[in-house]
Formats: sequence, structure tokens, C-alpha cells
Amino acid sequence: MKTISINDFVARVKSGEINVVENTEKILEEIEKSNRQFHHFCLVSKDAALRQAKELGKKIRAGFQGKLLGVPLSVKDSICVKGVESRAGSKVLSGFIPQRNATVVKRALDEGAVVVGKTSQDEFGFGSYSVNVGVGFEVPKNPFDATRSCGGSSGGSAGFSFLTKFAHASFGESTGGSIVCPASFCGVAGFTPTYGLLSRSGLIDYGNSLDKIGPIAKTVEDAAIVLDSVAGADPLDSTTVHSKKENFSLLAGKEPKGKTIGVVKEFCETGRLEAGVEKVFFGKISALEKEGFKVKEVSLALNEKFAIPAYYLVSTPEASTNLARYCGMRYGLQKELSGNFNEYFSGVRSEGFGLEVKRRLMLGTFARMSGFRDAYYLRALKVRSKLLSEFSLAFKKVDLIVHPTMPFVAPAFEEIKKFSPLQHYYADLFVCPANLAGFPHVSVNAGFSKNLPVGFMFTAPHFGEKELISAGSFLEAI
Amino acid sequence: MGQKIDREFLLRVARNARVNLSEKEVETILPQFLEMLGTFKKIAEVDVKGEKPAFHPVELQNVFREDVVEESMSQEEALSNSRDKKNGYFKGPKVVL
Repeated sequence: MKTISINDFVARVKSGEINVVENTEKILEEIEKSNRQFHHFCLVSKDAALRQAKELGKKIRAGFQGKLLGVPLSVKDSICVKGVESRAGSKVLSGFIPQRNATVVKRALDEGAVVVGKTSQDEFGFGSYSVNVGVGFEVPKNPFDATRSCGGSSGGSAGFSFLTKFAHASFGESTGGSIVCPASFCGVAGFTPTYGLLSRSGLIDYGNSLDKIGPIAKTVEDAAIVLDSVAGADPLDSTTVHSKKENFSLLAGKEPKGKTIGVVKEFCETGRLEAGVEKVFFGKISALEKEGFKVKEVSLALNEKFAIPAYYLVSTPEASTNLARYCGMRYGLQKELSGNFNEYFSGVRSEGFGLEVKRRLMLGTFARMSGFRDAYYLRALKVRSKLLSEFSLAFKKVDLIVHPTMPFVAPAFEEIKKFSPLQHYYADLFVCPANLAGFPHVSVNAGFSKNLPVGFMFTAPHFGEKELISAGSFLEAI
Repeated sequence: MGQKIDREFLLRVARNARVNLSEKEVETILPQFLEMLGTFKKIAEVDVKGEKPAFHPVELQNVFREDVVEESMSQEEALSNSRDKKNGYFKGPKVVL
């Protein structure tokens, strides 16, 4: 698939070779056509996009420049776009029109991006296959095979990133693996930055100590350009880190010399991976070794055993407090005011939330109820400390940790139907640990098994984005 | 733990969460909830002696700023998504019937 990179696209917009209004019209046509089959968008903001493109065209003629000049940008539904209905994939937010942009969206617009729509996702990000969509939403389909899942929860973002013929980037969001999982299943690059590198202001929260916004794009270089445009401290999010401004995209294509990578023993043992995934993954390991990477084995035994339980016992209590704000007043789904406070709120919430949301609300409410809080929620936070230490120990031996992003290729919807909720949760086994610990990670397409993409995941220590970008783009090239 | 996790208990949790569960939802969720807890309780095996709870994955510092008056969202904007409002306020259901 030969498509134009964001760098080339921006250069051609600058030179006048590409007209942003025409380009926006063309991609909107493509979306309209593909969405009938694939449902990657839950909302296409056609009028707003064309208006933006026209204004941008005028500004460009007056000399305006930007890193994302005219680049079509799709945005996960959970990230607020001013004037565009933003529902996090949930009926409970029906009709909610944000009054301001999320910081990342504002910064991308300031660099000349054009927002084309909101992408489909699991309701509030609660899932790994984008099948837990809210009441009235469509399930996005894998661009390689429409009977299979895009992965989740940023499924629409990854699916469309592969499908489009145009230069394009998407904002995804990851709490427990929601950027790299769909990137793996759809054959694109998904980048989850260190917790706190990108502002969460304007994100419809799932778990505050876990949520990370990150780019999904055709290549690591394209994703890095988006990072350059939006990373950095934000007074509206006190958890953003005051790091110096980096030029991440310059590192794409730079050869990472003398790096040591650590293959996770527990994830890559014989019998653990689908045969085709194992073949593609170890093929790339040999290729990296030939290119001068040192390969070691690292153990994440505690993470393998306890990351999923700890993740759910931390994320669902956070989610249950976040979702307390949806009560049928102020915004979103609203009904005729009747009954007392609690009857009204409970009624709206029961109608507005899907089954998976109710399940996670039960678990999260339980884990922080008096009498259970110490044994579940607080203990899980202590386990999290322990799991972080295990990573730190591994990073003393190696620069980057590697494993297949997912142990299998995109499953068919028919197979997914047979999974119990607990089996759903365990699908995130490889991608969850780095998320719980806030480590930056990237999934890069490494090849194909049964004509379906296989993802290769690199994890770096906190703020190791540069190493991830150079190693990730290097892998794309070999 | 001593607490029996049954239908009644699940409904108590649902009341706390301000969600009404239908009979069908209770039937679906209860066995799944038990399966999850059965698995997740294994975090009790981890020796966490001396470990501090990691409320965040990276160390955070308090961010202070001067208390300066700035422009904020207008009342009109804040109310723009609400169906029920009165005299510049949100209108909600009755607290005392």
C-alpha cells in the first residue's frame, strides 16, 4: 500500500500542489463510502471540516504554516471537539456538544489539522474488541476482513488509519491497551506516550491515573509528527509533565545503535502464541539481531500473573467515580424531571449505560465499598508499585522490552461472542502491564499471519519516547 | 471476607452505583461477577509489605499558581447543554418530595 507520508503531504500543501479544501472533500467522500460497511466513524463532522478547510486555505495563502498543515485528523469519540457531538461511544452522552476543544485537539488545530469526525470505540473505552459499543452505536469492522474485530477500544481510529488512501492521523486513547491492541489488529502504528506527556484536558475520563491520549497513524514517523505537535505541559491538566520540547519526528529513520532489547520470557514461551504470530515475531527478532541489536530475555513473572487483576481493581473504581457525573442533568441524555433525586438519576443511568458499563460499575463500586476497599482497591495499588519495580529491574538489563502486541491476530466476531467477560479482560494480558505502569509503548506492524496483521510492541522506560520512535521506525524499514 | 456475594448483595452494590438492574441483568452479571472476584482475589498472594500504594504511575508534584482572576466559561455556555434550566441555574429533580 503506497500512501503519502504526513511530511510529504505538508510539503505539498505548502508548495500549493495540494489544495486543502479539495483534499478534505475527497477524504470525506471516502469516509462516507467506507463507513457504510466498516463503521469506523460514529460521527462525520462534514460541515465543520469543510468550514475549517476553507478558513485554513485562506490562512495558508496569507502565509500560515504548521506541522499538520491540512492533515485530516480523526478523533476518538471520548476526546472533546468543540461544537461536535462527543459521546465516548455512550448513549448517556447523547446530544453533548462540548464548548471547548480538548487541549490535544486545540494544539493539532493550531498546527493546521482538519478534524473530519469522531471514531467508533467501546463505550467509555471498556473493551478490547470495540464490540462493547453503547446503545444505538455500530461496531467498527476490521479493514482486512469485515467479519473480524478492529481491536479496541480505539477500534475506529486504527481501522480507518489503515483503510484511508489519504495522509491522515487519529487520536486514540489508552487506559489498559486501547491504542496498541487495535493498531496491531489493523496493521498500523499506535503510540501510547508516557502517562502525563500529553494533556488529558478535554478527555472524557475512564481511569484518571491510567488514561493516555496517543496518536494512531500509518507509520511511526507520522505518529511522531502528531506527538511533536501536541506534547507538553498544560495548565489545564496538573498531571502533565513539565518536560522540554522535543522534536520526536526527527528520530524516525535514525538507526538505533547498540541497543539491547529484552524479549519477555513469560509472553513468548512455546505454546503461548498463535503459531503465525510466533513466526512473524521471532523473524523480526532475528532481523533486529542481524542489524546489531543485542537480544536478551527478561522476566515479567509478577506482571504476567497480577497485572490484569490489579488493573481491573484500580481502573474500575476510578471509572465508577468518573461515571458518577452522568445523571441526566446539565448535559447528555436527559429525561422528563420526575421522582426524587435518586430515582431520576438511576433511571437515566440504567437507560444510558450498556451492559459492560454496568458490569464495570458493579466491580468498581464494590472494590471501594467500606469493608472491601483495603483488600481490593488499596491492595491493588500496592501491587501496582510492586509491578512497577519489576519493570524497573528489567530496564536495568535492557533498553527496550519487546513482545508481540497481541498473542493472536484479529479474532472473528463469531469467536468473540463465545468469550466470557473475564476472557475478554485477559485478552489484554500483554498490553496491560505497560499501561498500568505508565510506560510509553508503540505497536508496529511486523508482518502477516493468515493475511491478517501482526503487531510488534516496544516498551521503554518513562519518557523513553525517543528510543521508541527510532526503534519502531527502524523495525518498519527492515 | 465473610460477606456472601449473592443476588441481594449485588443489588446493594447497584443501589450504591445508582443503577437499576433488570432481573435479566442480575442473572447475567451475578455469575460473571463471582468469576471475576474469584480470579482477582489472588492479589492477596502478593507480598506488599512496605509497598506504598501507587496512586499514579509516575511521581507527581503539586502544581501551584498565583490566584489570578481569569475569564472562564460564560453562564450561557455552561448551561448550553442542559434541557432544564431556570434563571441561569441547572434545574434538577426534587430532593424532598
